Amino acid sequence: MATGSNKNAAAAQTAQPSTVYLPLIAGWLIPGAGHFLLGKWKRGALLAVSIVCMFALGLAMHGKLYSGAQDILDLLGMAGDLGNGLLFVVGRVLGLGADPVQLTTADYGTKFIVVAGLLNIIAAVDAHNLKTGRKS
Amino acid sequence: MFRPSHFLAVLLFALFASTVFGITQRETPQRMFRYGIYCFALFVGSAIVFSWVMFLIAR
Repeated sequence: MATGSNKNAAAAQTAQPSTVYLPLIAGWLIPGAGHFLLGKWKRGALLAVSIVCMFALGLAMHGKLYSGAQDILDLLGMAGDLGNGLLFVVGRVLGLGADPVQLTTADYGTKFIVVAGLLNIIAAVDAHNLKTGRKS
Repeated sequence: MFRPSHFLAVLLFALFASTVFGITQRETPQRMFRYGIYCFALFVGSAIVFSWVMFLIAR
């Protein structure tokens, strides 16, 4: 038997099937954009500030932006970095985070950047859940 | 270059991660706030506890 939330999810998907993934993709590319698209301005702003600040502080600490995957740990770091969406692309284009890690704070910064990407993925999935009606 | 102490880095990490966890894992603003505070306390508290454990092991 279908629950109320499942009915809402089905209704949301059948109403606009072509745009159901738009908040997910927008939220991945630009932190908070998925929530902005859904009119959740305060939530989106808080998410954007948190993720962008974490990414920026990571770069300010001279954290590394992963550019390739030589081993499994690099591969996991790269996957986390890619979660930052356009922030990662802009950082790479501007040549940020390219220095080798030599200080303890630079290692903290690398972790800040990876975790910012992972948090952004969580936020984008949350926007998708709002769109599909799994969450209100 | 921004060079925070380890504890300041913990506080900043906990603040941002708790904010995202609170918003994404709960549905109402009040519950989001409470869960965010809970996560923040767990992040900082566990960092302090594990720091003392490692200090005592290293002695």
